Amino acid sequence: MNAIEIENISKQFGKVKALDDVCLEVKEGECFGLIGPDGAGKTTLFRILTTLLSPDNGKASVNGFDVKRDYLEIRKCVGYMPGRFSLYQDLSVEENLEFFAALFNTKIKDSYSLIEPIYKQIEPFKTRRAGKLSGGMKQKLALCCALIHYPKVLFLDEPTTGVDAVSRSEFWDMLAGLKAKRITILVSTPYMDEASRCERIALCNEGKILTTNTPKNIVDGYNDELYAISADNMFELLSLSRKVKGVKECYPFGESHHLVVEKDFDKEYFANELNQIKNLQIKKASPSIEDMFIKLMKR
Amino acid sequence: MKTNFLSFVKKEALHILRDKRTMMIVLLIPIVLMILFGFAISTELNNLNVAVSVQKHTEDIRGKIEKLSANPYFTFVGYVNQKDAETMLRSSKADAVVVFDNEGKMQFLFDASNTNTAMSGSIYLQSVMSEENLSNQELFNLHLLYNPQMKSAYNFVPGIMGLIFILICAMMTSVAIVREKESGTMEVLLVSPVRPIKIILAKMIPYFVISCINLTTILLVSRFLLDVPLSGSLFSIIFISLIYLVLSLSLGLLVSTISSSQVMALLISAMVMMMPILMLSGMIFPIENLPSVLQPVPYIVPAKWYIEAIRKLMIMGLPITAVTKEILILILMSVVLVFVSLKKFNDKLD
Repeated sequence: MNAIEIENISKQFGKVKALDDVCLEVKEGECFGLIGPDGAGKTTLFRILTTLLSPDNGKASVNGFDVKRDYLEIRKCVGYMPGRFSLYQDLSVEENLEFFAALFNTKIKDSYSLIEPIYKQIEPFKTRRAGKLSGGMKQKLALCCALIHYPKVLFLDEPTTGVDAVSRSEFWDMLAGLKAKRITILVSTPYMDEASRCERIALCNEGKILTTNTPKNIVDGYNDELYAISADNMFELLSLSRKVKGVKECYPFGESHHLVVEKDFDKEYFANELNQIKNLQIKKASPSIEDMFIKLMKR
Repeated sequence: MKTNFLSFVKKEALHILRDKRTMMIVLLIPIVLMILFGFAISTELNNLNVAVSVQKHTEDIRGKIEKLSANPYFTFVGYVNQKDAETMLRSSKADAVVVFDNEGKMQFLFDASNTNTAMSGSIYLQSVMSEENLSNQELFNLHLLYNPQMKSAYNFVPGIMGLIFILICAMMTSVAIVREKESGTMEVLLVSPVRPIKIILAKMIPYFVISCINLTTILLVSRFLLDVPLSGSLFSIIFISLIYLVLSLSLGLLVSTISSSQVMALLISAMVMMMPILMLSGMIFPIENLPSVLQPVPYIVPAKWYIEAIRKLMIMGLPITAVTKEILILILMSVVLVFVSLKKFNDKLD
């Protein structure tokens, strides 16, 4: 049985199509990533799956329960961590945890084994008010609260947004630990570099799923030739490169620009065309998820 | 499940206790309002400054001026020329000037920019200055029942009670519920096996307790500081107040279901609940004085019925049977409000 099944889900807000005919399957025990920029419809999909919103069209089920008909059943067996920090800022770490335990009709000690590795890290601050915690600690507390009732499916909506790089990496390690407990995880993120931490990912943009596969297969499916170029004047380089024959695409990528080229692209010719640019560096680059995303998005 | 509910109540109590400023305001508002209305804002006449302008002094006039100076409600500020009379009023050195002409006839000049003082002052001044003339005429035997000294406290205490409970139960609870929507915590609460209505009921309990404390302070302040007699039975006053509390709480729940932000909840509370109580419940303006289009409106303002019932119980000292109609109307209103707000409560986001 699939933990999450989504068939042709659509949702519209006024004139904006937040989700347009989305289909997706997440296997039990899988860590599935939903990767896409802001406004891709990630949060709307999470809200439909956590039964907070009703879809306009289509069917979806979580843990075998229909999101429309059996929404009360779904609410019992899922953990949800919204994108915004949604705990009580004026309650302490411990009080928040106790309240969420009571909310799910359980006790902290019943699921302590599950949350222990995470809770250990914030335990020294258990009497501190949640509003006074750092971003990384808030996120750990929110994860503890979402896990307090040992959910079958965990929904994490942009859990690493606004968190420093070290905490982000730690967070993904924690999720890997949860996988061992057979918890299905659906996690969304706007950071392409986090995609490789998921078993399978779906790239989405403007309410549509562009592709679904393992991160490796997605990268392997990239069949264009790719170069990384840099120079002293990066802005000029970008606009001039786009005009050169044989260049399909040129876009900023971190410290360099990525150049997507036709089959008949000639490196020497390109360098010659741009000889007025100082310090032009051009070398082969290996594609990443982000390159694939940009390619699919432009199509 | 019972321990669950208690931990929800505990959480709400912690929210309130940790927000010390709001808690102080909530507990002090009734006392401040009572003292304000009791001592500062009163329509009773006090210390009216009166100047006198005399053309020709006579024994009769001197007697009248002496009587004026002796009266505790008036302060005699001195003699003025007739042409300076208006200057005195303009500079606010006097609130009224009594002008005696050559034949000893009186004319009263009044600063009517404050209608209340001018109205009651002119009548009182007239009766003091022309007492002898009046004594010759036939007098009505005026007998004021229940509030013979016309103390304004008797009038506003029931009004303040009607206002305070709406303010604390309806406004504070609706804001507290909407706060959960605004901060995103409602989203997490909804994705849980607990029906959100349970959490909301738990939210109301601390406010109910605070309102009971307020009820006690209001009754104590009115009895011992403002000397309101509380002539009816205490039990029936408390009984009808509890009904009114439940009604206010369900009103707060209703407001919270239709507003999406705390500001909106505050505005709705202020415009839809506070204004009608002040203007249309008979607290300040008698309902009979309303324009005829507005005459039916007070009948749907819950505070009107509560204030009326409290007046009957507290001031007139009638037994609880005299307010059966009011009690039934308030219960009916509560039932309808609870029903509508539970029906309207959405356990989804859209």
